[in-house]
Amino acid sequence: MTQAQAGINPPASADTFVMQLLRDSRMIIVSGPGGVGKTTSAAALGVLAARQFSRRVLVLTVDPARRLATALGLPALGNTEVPVHVDDALGTLSMAMIDTKSSWDDMVRRHAPDASTRDRVLANDLYKTLTSRFVHSHDYVVTERLFDAHEGGDYDLVIVDTPPSRSALSVLDAPRRMEQFFTSRLLKLLTAPTQSRLLTIASRPFFIVADRILGAAFLSDIAEFFTLFRTMEGPFVSRARRVNALLSSPSTAYVVVTSAESVAMQEAGYLVDELRRRNHLLAAVVANRLLPAALAAGADVRASVLEQHPDAAVRPLAFAEQEIANVAVRQAAALSRMNHWGVPIVRGESRRGDITDVQSLLALGQAFSVQGTHD
Amino acid sequence: MDDKGSLAAYFGRTSLEFAPTEVAPNVMAMAMNTEDSLREYIRLFLRVPIIGSLTPLARIFDFVANAAPAVKEILAVGKLCYEVRENNYDLVIVDSEASGHFVAQVSAPDALATLVRIGIIADQTKWMSALLHDPTVSTVLAVVTPEEMPVVETIELRTRLAAATPIDFAGVVINRMPRVVVDDMALAAARSNATLTATVAVGEWLVSRRAEAEQHARRLADAFELGNVDTIAEAPAEVDAPAQVTEHLAREIERIVRDHT
Repeated sequence: MTQAQAGINPPASADTFVMQLLRDSRMIIVSGPGGVGKTTSAAALGVLAARQFSRRVLVLTVDPARRLATALGLPALGNTEVPVHVDDALGTLSMAMIDTKSSWDDMVRRHAPDASTRDRVLANDLYKTLTSRFVHSHDYVVTERLFDAHEGGDYDLVIVDTPPSRSALSVLDAPRRMEQFFTSRLLKLLTAPTQSRLLTIASRPFFIVADRILGAAFLSDIAEFFTLFRTMEGPFVSRARRVNALLSSPSTAYVVVTSAESVAMQEAGYLVDELRRRNHLLAAVVANRLLPAALAAGADVRASVLEQHPDAAVRPLAFAEQEIANVAVRQAAALSRMNHWGVPIVRGESRRGDITDVQSLLALGQAFSVQGTHD
Repeated sequence: MDDKGSLAAYFGRTSLEFAPTEVAPNVMAMAMNTEDSLREYIRLFLRVPIIGSLTPLARIFDFVANAAPAVKEILAVGKLCYEVRENNYDLVIVDSEASGHFVAQVSAPDALATLVRIGIIADQTKWMSALLHDPTVSTVLAVVTPEEMPVVETIELRTRLAAATPIDFAGVVINRMPRVVVDDMALAAARSNATLTATVAVGEWLVSRRAEAEQHARRLADAFELGNVDTIAEAPAEVDAPAQVTEHLAREIERIVRDHT
């Protein structure tokens, strides 16, 4: 069956692995190189899951994809989840974007041992700058946010659209890093009382370096901030461990989206390897932006017929058919390379027109869903 | 900046290191690695035999360089500014991270300056900012594909960048503009031939793809108040290997430069 038809066909039977994935997973983490339709694929899976199953579905995006929000009839996505209407849906769909600053603030409010610590952290200049201006502070907050969504009991399935390429891996590594940070000597050094700093042989070089680079005043700002931050160690560390467990749980499935171009595939292949190395469950690779199979079939034959066509007026079209035939050959080679990854492949075809509404997302999701029957 | 190994591939190499490699005559290439950048920084600016004595603190070193917010950004942008300040090259071209990370990176010296007011870092953020804010030294060029989301993101990028730091914005270039491969007259002729419906479908698909891209290009031109945006044509289907892509892009860029002179 062609995917062009799939969009208008009745919903597929529920035994394809895409449907199983949407029915059985608690969390689906979508990653991939930039510019291959990752956010759109995540949203399409969400729309389809809400439509086909009686599940409460949340799509969390870290990309500020405002157009997608507009397309879904939402004014702008923020940190708060917004319901999205899907016609004839058995379940419900919500979407949210992760806002770093407000997510950090929420977390501090939750973990602070008392009101005074909370207010002092929230008012700290270092805290404010780190959480609002530096993207890598995003990494930890993303995992916290998805853990919340998962544990909060409001959703049966959470689909996460991660930042492009390797940034997805920094997100996945963030809880472990946070735990390491709290238990590390770095934090102990940073928060050590000033008078004891130069006393121990092991910590001396650290302070000599830190003092020269940062200056005593900034170092004491850092010490003050981390002394406050340390009071939240217990909740932070136990959360980080649970987040880590969730990321490796068998009900958390990973999907890598890629195009069939060699550079995108190289990056996607790297992500596949790295997810495997972390023992994550790789559920599917979406080979996106493919030439529609209906157009590609027979293009080479049509090109040679057109070249000799009795009606000379149509002969220039041989060029277009040849171009399509060439793309088809290249994509077939790319798909067979992808097969070596040993992950089920879902074909996603280029579509005419932009994704402008829930209906077009649903069509895209349905095109994914009809493929890849197990066994 | 976000080394995916692809830059290396475009120069026909398997990988690039932090230490620059000559990949073509007069072209050096390097891959950013913030841990190496921190090592170099300590060696250059502190002049202490620090590597040996830091060994017991290796994990701290790793954390600071790779995960501490602000440090990672400043180590990356600091290395670039240092190369420019030292005049080691006539031109430094940065393949930046995706737009979200880019704004944080390029404005890192400004952000850090608000936190650290005295000491080595404070002085260094000053000359970094000075280089980045000087339009005769630094500028930003946005490369975008003619599609809905990238175009919207690029329009937003300029606004967000302007809010974060006073760096110059040189303009935009559209990459992967679908080529004209359909002859309109031939397509019209094919429509009247019932045996050519498959070819008509192919032709219409290619035409509509091109029309959508042109619409996005116009939108971008309007947003940036440009008569038209420079476009790099999509490579023909047989161009796929990274080295071929490099050649194709180089030819297209040469053409754009010619058009402007």
